[in-house]
Amino acid sequence: MLEFMEGSHAVAEIVKRCRPQVISAYPITPQTHIVEDLAQMVANCEIDAEYITVESEFSALSACLGASAAGSRVYSATTSQGLALMFEVCFNAAGMRQPIVMTIANRSLGAPLSIWNDQQDSISLRDSGWLQFYAQDNQETVDLHMIAYKVCEDHDILLPAFVCFDGFILSHTYEPVSLPMQEEADAYLPAFNPYQRLDAAAPLSFGMYATPEYYTEFRYEINQAQYRAKEAFVRAGREFGEQFGRDYSGLVEGYRLDDADIALVAMGSICGTAKDAIDEMRAAGRKVGLLNIRVFRPFPGPEIADALKGVSKVAVLDKNISLGSGGAVGTEVKAALQGSGISVYDYIIALGGRDVRKRDIAAVVDLAEKGEGDMFYGLRTEVL
Amino acid sequence: MAEVEKGCELFSAGHRACGGCGPALAARLLLKATGENVIISAATGCMEVFSTPYPETAWGVPWIHSLFENCAAVASGIEASLKRQGRKEKVVCIGGDGATLDIGVLCISGAFERGHDITYICYDNEAYMNTGIQRSGATPYGASTTTSPAGKCSRGNPLPKKDMPRILAAHGAPYVATASIAYPNDFVQKVERAINTPGPCYIQVHAPCCTGWGFESGETLNMAKLAIETGLWVNYEMVDGEVVKAKKVRRRPVEEYLQKQKRFRHLFKPARQDDVIAQIQAIADANAERFGIDIKKKESSE
Repeated sequence: MLEFMEGSHAVAEIVKRCRPQVISAYPITPQTHIVEDLAQMVANCEIDAEYITVESEFSALSACLGASAAGSRVYSATTSQGLALMFEVCFNAAGMRQPIVMTIANRSLGAPLSIWNDQQDSISLRDSGWLQFYAQDNQETVDLHMIAYKVCEDHDILLPAFVCFDGFILSHTYEPVSLPMQEEADAYLPAFNPYQRLDAAAPLSFGMYATPEYYTEFRYEINQAQYRAKEAFVRAGREFGEQFGRDYSGLVEGYRLDDADIALVAMGSICGTAKDAIDEMRAAGRKVGLLNIRVFRPFPGPEIADALKGVSKVAVLDKNISLGSGGAVGTEVKAALQGSGISVYDYIIALGGRDVRKRDIAAVVDLAEKGEGDMFYGLRTEVL
Repeated sequence: MAEVEKGCELFSAGHRACGGCGPALAARLLLKATGENVIISAATGCMEVFSTPYPETAWGVPWIHSLFENCAAVASGIEASLKRQGRKEKVVCIGGDGATLDIGVLCISGAFERGHDITYICYDNEAYMNTGIQRSGATPYGASTTTSPAGKCSRGNPLPKKDMPRILAAHGAPYVATASIAYPNDFVQKVERAINTPGPCYIQVHAPCCTGWGFESGETLNMAKLAIETGLWVNYEMVDGEVVKAKKVRRRPVEEYLQKQKRFRHLFKPARQDDVIAQIQAIADANAERFGIDIKKKESSE
């Protein structure tokens, strides 16, 4: 049954159905509605969890780390500056192999201060060891949370994950969403079964320091777990499709790519606008398609190369900038397509909440056709 | 995550602390007090490094180290998780003075304000020893460290120790105490009281560092004892914010303590710094006044 609700509320509803035992979060726009809803659910005894009202995002994730190590399924949510404050804990949680799921209501990073959407925050943590999933709409946001817990808690993976959805554009937007019944959710996501836990009956030391004789091997094993997460995601996404009828077995998702000459590549809610723009361009006889990158970590390089076989040009829409280099997604797509003969153009777009309309997507396609790229799109030169 | 081998001590010998390490003794006494039914949340620092080089661990109880500044936040999560699971292990944080008085204050303040049932032990060796003897908020006035060196225009650390026990008592902590490794039974009893008191409790245990302070490794306990006997360290207990008990002493002049340590050598050589010594004596006098530790005639020690 479809219900009409705000994106943040839909996230809270699905988190409730994932039965976290400890929730720890700190309020930050535009994540607040999620944690407010969860706090109310705890207050109403709708959810049987400890809710820790921490004094900072740094402590929010630290508390999740401790609770996870003690054997509880945990949940947090944040964005932007909050995620930046968690930077140190993010690397640590991945290194300690704790299967924490955290929603990121994507927002830009200051300075200048901006509460509006782009994907700079989570993309800046791309080297941290967290899995990163990006949702196109609120239904996908909901579904990816269940898939995330399943993948993270797999004893062959044991990594934390960001479920990313665009702040305001999705978090504050009302859309029809289908939520599972609790029994259906339980059937898909069984109770948490920790691989190891802090336990006086079987003492273990967690988080020891490693000398040069061991450090590299720890990092290697985390990296291997990232690669194994590809298969685990495909499996969990297929199982999800079998149970709920919405298939997520693709790390990437193509739209009208089959005979496309130009392909857009994007992540998140911008894909919805791009699909509408593509329909219009197709109607006008232009062979344009889209590749949505759903899983950014582990990076699906071979899957991207395979999906884009046959196109001659690729236009990457990057809602972030690695200052002094280029868009992070574009850089990695270029690496994935190296030697393919495909021309890849990168466009820095939609930073700090700037709207992207269908005509902007068409304009990007025009630029790619002309071979003009690796640029900020829509720069207001008059205010420079 | 290494398997723990159990010996007769819960904190095993064979770790990599310096000979004469005060904090190592504090760890051993801590686990004697807690017994097996405990989970330790440790901060980065000397103790973490000397006790857990992968794949070896000295800890015979469950132990977790995440970062330098977050052991109290990690403990908050552990405590919440145990509560949710109906488990009864005690949760104890352990951090050095840098982790506790400086970089970890945010997380500790949050954990104490929220009232988690945890005990926080600060082993106070009065500087950042793990990184090479830099000053912390717990470094005493006048001590020369690598970042508060004595020199032509410096007479060592220009600031007094931060009063962390009072800060945490002000958070409403039901039990706050100071202790010293020179008085092991007292420390063990205070740990037992803290872990059995519901809510967040704090103990700051004075644990001299022979390497960082500059004294012979066989003198650690004597140095801890002299700190008490000069009034520069006071062992006391606070219940619900009120000082209820303080160890009384027949005080000796602070010089006897200062002269034995390289970190205070600049106060005596090449020229005696009478004014600084007098200021340090004034700190001891103020401690004696505040806690009423001076033994008067015909009054016995506690």
